[in-house]
Amino acid sequence: MRRSRRLWGPTVVMTSLALVLAACGGGSGSSTGSGGADPDGAVSIYGTEPQNSLVPTNTNELGGTKAVQPMFATLVGFKGADAQPFNLMADSITTTDSKVYDIKIKQGWKFHDGTEVKAHNFVDAWNYGAYAPNGQLNTDFYSNIQGYKDVHPADENAKPATDKMSGLVTKGDYEFQVTLDAPFSVFSIKIGYTAFAPLPDSFFKDPKGFEQHPIGNGPLKFVSRTPNQDIKLTRFDDYKGDDKVHFKDLDIKIYTSQETAYQDLLSGRVDFMEALPPSAVAGGKYKADLGDRLVTGHLLGISTIAVPYYVPGYDNLELRKAISMAIDRAQITKTVMNDTYVPADGYISQGIPGARPGVCQFCKFDPAGAKEAFAKSGFKGKLTIASNADGGRKEPLVAACNSIKNTLGVECDFVPATDFGQWRSIVTGKKLTGMGRSDWSADYPSIEDFLNPIYKTGGSSNDSSYSNAAVDAALAKADGTADKDAAVKLYQQAEDLIAKDLPSIPVWDEKGVAAKSKNLKSAALDFRRMPDYPSIEVLKK
Amino acid sequence: MIRYVLRRLLQLIPVFFGTTFLIYVLVWAVPGDPFSGKCGQTACPQAYIAQMTEKFHLGDNVFVQYFKYLGSLFTGDWGETFNGTSVGELIATSYPITLRLAVVAVVIEAVIGLTAGVLTGLRGKGFLDNLVLVSTTFLISLPVFVTAIVLQLALGSNGLGLIEASVSDNPSVGELIVPGIALGSLSMAYVARLSRTSIAENRRADYVRTAIAKGQPNSRVVGVHLLRNSVIPVLTFLGTDLGALMGGAIVTEGVFNINGLGGLIFRGIQNRESATVVGVVVLLVVVYLLMSLIVDLLYAVLDPRIRYD
Repeated sequence: MRRSRRLWGPTVVMTSLALVLAACGGGSGSSTGSGGADPDGAVSIYGTEPQNSLVPTNTNELGGTKAVQPMFATLVGFKGADAQPFNLMADSITTTDSKVYDIKIKQGWKFHDGTEVKAHNFVDAWNYGAYAPNGQLNTDFYSNIQGYKDVHPADENAKPATDKMSGLVTKGDYEFQVTLDAPFSVFSIKIGYTAFAPLPDSFFKDPKGFEQHPIGNGPLKFVSRTPNQDIKLTRFDDYKGDDKVHFKDLDIKIYTSQETAYQDLLSGRVDFMEALPPSAVAGGKYKADLGDRLVTGHLLGISTIAVPYYVPGYDNLELRKAISMAIDRAQITKTVMNDTYVPADGYISQGIPGARPGVCQFCKFDPAGAKEAFAKSGFKGKLTIASNADGGRKEPLVAACNSIKNTLGVECDFVPATDFGQWRSIVTGKKLTGMGRSDWSADYPSIEDFLNPIYKTGGSSNDSSYSNAAVDAALAKADGTADKDAAVKLYQQAEDLIAKDLPSIPVWDEKGVAAKSKNLKSAALDFRRMPDYPSIEVLKK
Repeated sequence: MIRYVLRRLLQLIPVFFGTTFLIYVLVWAVPGDPFSGKCGQTACPQAYIAQMTEKFHLGDNVFVQYFKYLGSLFTGDWGETFNGTSVGELIATSYPITLRLAVVAVVIEAVIGLTAGVLTGLRGKGFLDNLVLVSTTFLISLPVFVTAIVLQLALGSNGLGLIEASVSDNPSVGELIVPGIALGSLSMAYVARLSRTSIAENRRADYVRTAIAKGQPNSRVVGVHLLRNSVIPVLTFLGTDLGALMGGAIVTEGVFNINGLGGLIFRGIQNRESATVVGVVVLLVVVYLLMSLIVDLLYAVLDPRIRYD
């Protein structure tokens, strides 16, 4: 047998394979900027496939909002780290009673198709969003406008009598009037939410065609979209707003895996990620990976643990106090969450006008107090905290459970749900059998958005089924107060009442840790966990 | 022969209906409301749910739904995803990429697997044989996602820096080699083992001995007489494997961010988009059935003793 040379077969195959691999790889690490910003640079950001069509009235999740928000300019914008509201498309918003708002818009602003933005574009868009047969996701946002019930009857089978809300009146090309059902002092901030963007006339002629090619009035305009691949936008040079962008092309690259996107970010193939994968957060690895490319922000959101009133044994104030005092927030945010969160001690995200430290007096780690309260509560049995287990949700709650177990000497289990969808159907179906994760992120930066939806009787996100007539009254009073500062004070009074009842236990407040690539000179994270587009600058190559 | 092909093609029809029905029912039978997580922390508005229920016939009984779905499928309409993208369009943009990836994987597993199998099969016990046995056992015991992530980390920018972590939107064959290795590694091990066994078995067959006795050159004995017979089980495996690879790319495509059919199924399952899942699986079923038909027909070419009818 003289076949020994055949041994070379696999070696040759492997070697040539390695050579091919070497040839097709590489090419990274060639772009170190000279320090200047390139006003015509291109930026690519991490994205996920939008869950709905790219129409403002129908987009509410991050994947779609990332594209929709820069394409549309609303009446009010939010600036800076504390999201200060300012008039963007609005020239003036005036009210005397918080019920009737007179809105004048700036003249000469254009949609991307060249038509001018006029008052009726807002009125038509809001009517479209509210009209029940259109089935728009954001329809609830218009619900306090007068006449909403006529276009969107509570009974889902009823046919609406009209498709126009009586509370919306166009007063001219650049002026319209909004009348609300009841006074609502935060309305002038709420209309900064993307659902309140204007829609061009072409939308109403052909909504289906519009979905394929959205036309907005924002700093960036739509170029193309390949499902599951990318959404491309480019600068709208006729844009007149203060939030202009300082780059030319935006490519929202769609990823299935955050881990892969993170590796691409490190190698400079994608320029911005608004969240880091759990593997990078674990052990604080991201700090070493990113160095000065780490971008921190402050998200306007808060994590609480809801204690549902309908679960037997849990409707017990002493028990809630005991649980709250038994959680070592400082240690968990430091070790388990690796400084991506800070401990919470109130019901409002830190950084919102009106948020105060120490509102929740039982939110400090106090083992002795916790034991005492627990003894008073007379609770027998086992405690559980339920949540969806994906996306790094599980670990901090397991840690919280352990902290409770160690302090109180009571059994505590984490109960996982398979995914967010299943989790939310448990919560909205009132099928919790113990405590549940109840995180909230604000749609618009106002103290009101942290109280009304969560703690008002029947609120859209009242996971604990909390109901307190005094709180409802305080909230209603604050809603009806025209003076902004006075309203904030009243909302704070409501928060104080809630803190006494402890319907849910504030645990932590997300800092917001994002990352930029070496191609970017600057980038910031906004309060919605979105790239703050006006802050992005590209390094000259 | 033609009658055989026709019969096989007719057999496709019940299989097609059976599989699509099962898949349709299974996808929709997942308990829970498909819209529960769609609206963040608040519940979805009734008007939205009503509209989507109407659009996807969710109010109907699952059998009626299935026939409505089939009806539109036969008119060339694959349906729409929840965000209004046409599923047919999605499939059209993603299948060429998956096909390319699957072909790369099959080529890799055929070339490396067959080479290793033939060499070890001919030589019998020894260092090389042990090496192949150990390395194939190693590959078989690793799940695909481990292989894929290890390759990505080791060869990516954090490791040797040979490849990028993700693959571009319209990848070249070069870019697909590493994902192809990850995808094909398991089958590569099986191909090596299958061909090794079958070569070792046939090496002592009478016809091989006759060929050697006739004084034929060694290359001809191995290349024509021995390989042609031994490759039949391997070919069966490779043929159906191409179908399996197109579906099995779910993990690999997820890791390397390849926008192919696997990724479509993955996202479809995650977002409960039954139209996408059913559509892609229907396509895979057809690919599977056609591949096994082609393999069966190839038998006759390789081994004249096998006849149809």
